Amino acid sequence: MTSASDRTLLVTGAARRLGAAVLRDLAAHGQGRRVLAVDLSEPDPDLAVDGVEHVRLDLRAPAIATLIAKTRPDTVLHLDVLAAPGQAGGRSVMKERNVIGTMQLLAACQRAPSVRRLVVKSSAAVYGCAPRDPAYFTEDTQPHRPPRSGYGKDCVEVEEYVRGFARRRPDVSVTVLRFAGHLGDGVRSPFSEYLALPVLPTMAGFDPRLQFVHIEDVVRALRLAASGAHPGVYNVAGSGSLTLSQLARRLGRATVPLPRFAAPWLGRALRQVGVADFTGDQLELLTYGRVLDTTRMTERFGFTPRYTTAQAVAEHARTAGIRPLIPPEAVRGAEQRLITLLEKHAQDGGNRG
Amino acid sequence: MGEPNSAAWERRAARGLAFLRRRITGEYEVDEFGFDPDLTENVLLNVIRPLYEKYFRVEARGLERVPSDGGALIVANHSGTLPLDALMTQIALWDHHPVGRHLRMLAADVVFTMPYVGSYARKAGHTLACNPDALRLLGAGEVVGVWPEGFKGIGKPFSERYRLQRFGRGGFVSAALRTGAPIIPTAIVGAEEIYPKIGDIKPLARLLGLPYVPVTPTFPWLGPLGLVPLPSKWYIVFGEPIDTSGYDPAEADDPMLVFNLTDQVRESIQDTLYRVLLQRRSVFF
Repeated sequence: MTSASDRTLLVTGAARRLGAAVLRDLAAHGQGRRVLAVDLSEPDPDLAVDGVEHVRLDLRAPAIATLIAKTRPDTVLHLDVLAAPGQAGGRSVMKERNVIGTMQLLAACQRAPSVRRLVVKSSAAVYGCAPRDPAYFTEDTQPHRPPRSGYGKDCVEVEEYVRGFARRRPDVSVTVLRFAGHLGDGVRSPFSEYLALPVLPTMAGFDPRLQFVHIEDVVRALRLAASGAHPGVYNVAGSGSLTLSQLARRLGRATVPLPRFAAPWLGRALRQVGVADFTGDQLELLTYGRVLDTTRMTERFGFTPRYTTAQAVAEHARTAGIRPLIPPEAVRGAEQRLITLLEKHAQDGGNRG
Repeated sequence: MGEPNSAAWERRAARGLAFLRRRITGEYEVDEFGFDPDLTENVLLNVIRPLYEKYFRVEARGLERVPSDGGALIVANHSGTLPLDALMTQIALWDHHPVGRHLRMLAADVVFTMPYVGSYARKAGHTLACNPDALRLLGAGEVVGVWPEGFKGIGKPFSERYRLQRFGRGGFVSAALRTGAPIIPTAIVGAEEIYPKIGDIKPLARLLGLPYVPVTPTFPWLGPLGLVPLPSKWYIVFGEPIDTSGYDPAEADDPMLVFNLTDQVRESIQDTLYRVLLQRRSVFF
């Protein structure tokens, strides 16, 4: 057995917000592990974490193999799967970073006998969404319409390479976590940008069921996966779901239903004015929605999120400063006033009768 | 004299206001299938209730055979071009069952591809007819409704009325076997006559992606007026439950057992249909 102090953990995609949150968490609970943080760019000064060695490196180049051979990590946490073209600088760069980056990383890991554990951040986007899918996606559900482009397709390809790696290195414990949409303090994703819009465009006639996971739970799940052997694929989501209309009401946001044929146009318009990084798969999600079965997560992975989907949404609204147009207290006040008025009216009527 | 009356009125107004407040602030619960009991009980069922009580004057019999708690599988015949028979069964179980149970139907996939129809079907508690959803609902102790004839039943021509069509692949039986839920064969009489389908505009159906576009004596000749159903008198008869708890869940994989049970359910419904048809005095009264 190696002692805790000579264990090394390598994290990719470390300069982004989630990566930084994971690094901070590892620094707090890392039990004296050496942590190597790899990313294409230097982290923002406010995202840098003490006690972590930052390495600037392009995953698409074989340099990662040299780094792994030299530093001999035992755990690799692969977070560098980008969700939106805006984060990467264009869709083609995004695809290259996601897919080629993963291939290079896995190629390097395959040759490194030191690697005992691989954790990959994937997404529920691998299921796509279609009206003909069952109400829940388990990890084994064959999606009716797998994603054909965008982030979902990247995740499918990443997972394929990861499966190939797991076959070639059966001695490595490989964990793939399929996260529902992230929400919470500081989260910037296509969906969080959508929620920040003053009015929410929706697809007329569709009210998707949506599910989220709070960023703190994402970090906790990744820590759990990185700290023990949990081979397998797991859905990770806050329990419960909200329909889009219900979510909009809870945030006190008005919705504008748009006909479906206008949807692609809407996506482009939002992208162009830079409010939201909206792609085809996001529009599909806003039409059909997606809910994950998390039985395997609680029973086999042993993870229970702190936030339900509803709590994650409420918490996100609080930290992002999303204020309802009409505060719920005002609605309750109006209800009370009307009831008092009614009572008075009924009393008057009763007196007359 | 006005006192009890106005008090009742006041209570109703307060209930309505509380409902409005919940709808504005989103303080209601929706389950993971998209079922919104608040909206279903306060609005959706109220909209179709007049059809049940005044228009089709539905007589529901044998409701006591539907258990008051735990899962059960209602299996019924399907007819009438539009699935009004399913909606009337939902009302019967909510309004007239001793404890009022919500019927969670398994609907055809075409329902969920249609805007509005799909989203309201989910809000009313229904979901896609597939094995995982059936198992989950039955496992959660819900009353699940299936119409295993599917489009073959609901879209059959008027000349074949009350003749049960083939019952799919018996997926509903294996779901009941796996969860030990009783199967309740249910016969619906009256729905066949609401839109007598005498023809089918197949090219238009293909164009619209629908299973059929019916021609009835009034549709499409009278335009939107042709959509008004004929006011037939309805009977919904819940039959003797078939207990599945005695079987081992593994027997759900025994195709012969599944076929036999499927046939048993089918025959039970067909017998009840003929029996009720003999008893009824006329289509409309």
